[in-house]
Amino acid sequence: MIMSKEQNHIISTIVEHKPGVLYTVSNLFRCRGFNIDSISVGPTEQSDLARMTITVKGDERTVEQVVKQLNKLIDVIKVSRLNPASIVTRELALIKVRALDTKVRSDVINYAEIFRARVVDVSSESLMVEITGTSDKIDAFLDLMKPFGVKEVARTGITALSRGVKSVKIE
Amino acid sequence: MVKMSGAQALVEALKQQNVEVIFGIVGGAIIPVHDVLRDSGIRHILTRHEQCAAHAADGYARASGRPGVCMATSGPGATNLVTGIANAYLDSSPVISFTGQVNTFAANSSYMIGRDAFQEADIIGITTPITKYNCQVKKASEIPKTVKLAFHLATTGRPGPALIDLPKNVQTEIDEMKFSDKMKVRGYKPKTEPHPIQVKKAVKLLLEAKRPIVLAGGGVIISNAAPELLELAELLMMPVATTFMGKGCFAENHPLSLGNVGMHGTHAANKLILEADVLLAVGTRFSDRTTGTLDQFCPDAKIIHVDVDAAEIGKNVSVDVPIVADAKETLRVIHQLLIHQLKRRENSAWFNRVKELNGQFESEMDPGDCDLKPQLLLKELRKILPENSILATEVGQNQMWAALYFETHKPRTFISSGGLGTMGFGFPAALGAKVACPGSAVVDIAGDGSFRMTEQELACSVMEKIPVTVIVLNNSVLGMVAQWQRLFYDKRYAAVELGSIPDFVKLAEAYGAQGVRVGSLKEFSEATKKALKSDVTTVIDVPIHPEENVFPMVPAGKGLNDTILG
Repeated sequence: MIMSKEQNHIISTIVEHKPGVLYTVSNLFRCRGFNIDSISVGPTEQSDLARMTITVKGDERTVEQVVKQLNKLIDVIKVSRLNPASIVTRELALIKVRALDTKVRSDVINYAEIFRARVVDVSSESLMVEITGTSDKIDAFLDLMKPFGVKEVARTGITALSRGVKSVKIE
Repeated sequence: MVKMSGAQALVEALKQQNVEVIFGIVGGAIIPVHDVLRDSGIRHILTRHEQCAAHAADGYARASGRPGVCMATSGPGATNLVTGIANAYLDSSPVISFTGQVNTFAANSSYMIGRDAFQEADIIGITTPITKYNCQVKKASEIPKTVKLAFHLATTGRPGPALIDLPKNVQTEIDEMKFSDKMKVRGYKPKTEPHPIQVKKAVKLLLEAKRPIVLAGGGVIISNAAPELLELAELLMMPVATTFMGKGCFAENHPLSLGNVGMHGTHAANKLILEADVLLAVGTRFSDRTTGTLDQFCPDAKIIHVDVDAAEIGKNVSVDVPIVADAKETLRVIHQLLIHQLKRRENSAWFNRVKELNGQFESEMDPGDCDLKPQLLLKELRKILPENSILATEVGQNQMWAALYFETHKPRTFISSGGLGTMGFGFPAALGAKVACPGSAVVDIAGDGSFRMTEQELACSVMEKIPVTVIVLNNSVLGMVAQWQRLFYDKRYAAVELGSIPDFVKLAEAYGAQGVRVGSLKEFSEATKKALKSDVTTVIDVPIHPEENVFPMVPAGKGLNDTILG
């Protein structure tokens, strides 16, 4: 068996938009010992369909099994492996940073501007920043915030779509 | 559109699926269905434990090729089904379960499911990993289409169990019902036709092969592909090894038959599969019990893998030619292409090798002249049983002796728990098989340990007049575990002693069945012949030596070439 390198893969699935489907999908990963790195779920342009964007770490063989096993689920309608070279990926993060004095506050606001992030909440002891972008960008911004003291982080996980005119249509 | 209750709609939907029999146990949350069922003409067989209802439905399905149906109440009734459902899932058997559920709302109109009501269990959550499809019906009007969908999914593609959960108020709710032929399943399109390019590659490999071999699994039986397999094997003079689940898909008295391959495979099968240059694997998932350690499995062979389930291809073994399609159709197409390109192959060096090893198989399997050896008993049983008889087994040594020594000639006549290895499966499955095929003799090969797990179904067999023959190979130990402890744990026996209780003759009689103890092969033969004619279930207690082993054996984690012959 050839073991290829472990890599991050993005799998985009269109599923029936109904209760229990997220459970079925996440349960599959648990049962078969696949690790979910992140998962984001939301409605699509069709009200009865939802899109789940799942990132998994694994070698080629594992990811191929993930895709095949997902395809077997009755409520999963379409599974695509996204090619990193031709997709747009985005993640959103809310970051609460400790900011007791004006020096820190202005530093955080400056960094936020450079990263095209926004301050969305201010309290006497902290700022909350909203940032959108690729995961790398968010990681980089978080590194910059660490010296100030990051109190809380909420990240959505990656969502992604292929570029160009191609689209998935479900009857 | 017709106005009726959910329970009436369920029974009507079952009739439309030609359901004739349901195995189950009643309980508070399923009474409304039983209230309709009692006058419906559908036979309800009352088992004494829900696990056995699921196993019986499974045995019914395997013997007949039609879906088996079982029913239980909410909570413990539903959870008792779980082992039976998991068993059906691993062996791809179309068992359809209906469970009662607590009301979706309470009398004060607040929501009841999810509030830990009496006998509430989240059976949908529990069975999600072990069903092909499950669904809790929220409105009575959804029942017709849900039932139709469950039967469709359970029986097509790679079959598997389905479960429908029915809250009690949905059973009693009256609504307009629409029984339509239309079905909408966007996420399910099983592929049946093989891809022509892959078929061509397979044909080329088979034509060039010097030492081709077939590995035929349970999928060959499920898709009724035995005739196509026989034609192809004979055309190419290609030996056929079966997985445990494939036993019966190729007549074991055929010169090309090698018997089972794997942990308790025959000498010939385990040796020849490693010598092959092309392996045509059909309807098998390359389970660890079949392949042994993977790095030593078929090192020199090009592998063609035919399976209707795409996820099985490349899961355990890397293959050269993947074919995602129905076994029957694929074998037919391959045969059709080959027949134009070659004449029937006569005695080749490879076939001579097959004959040589198959001969060895006989001598090395010869268990000697001790009288009541299980090996001899199973060979004797083959002589007694008519061709269309069905043999069910329990799990453990009894099962592996049956696999090795009971020659199976036809598909669906050997019924056993392969994937899950469920002790206690054989007896209720035998009852289900007998219900499906009342004209066939049905025999359960049991161990004393396994039989104790579901022996209470003697009550069901007597009350419902389902006569089968149970042969208890009684060694007073949990024999297979004892064998492992003997061989690999320095004879440090632990938790395997069962003692010589109960008295199986008295036990059978206590249930109104017949019991007989035999002390020689002759007595066994007479008792069996008598049991086959009886209209009541017979338990034949056969005391055997507690240290009898099953050989050949490949130790766990070893390769097929590490077979211990005895």
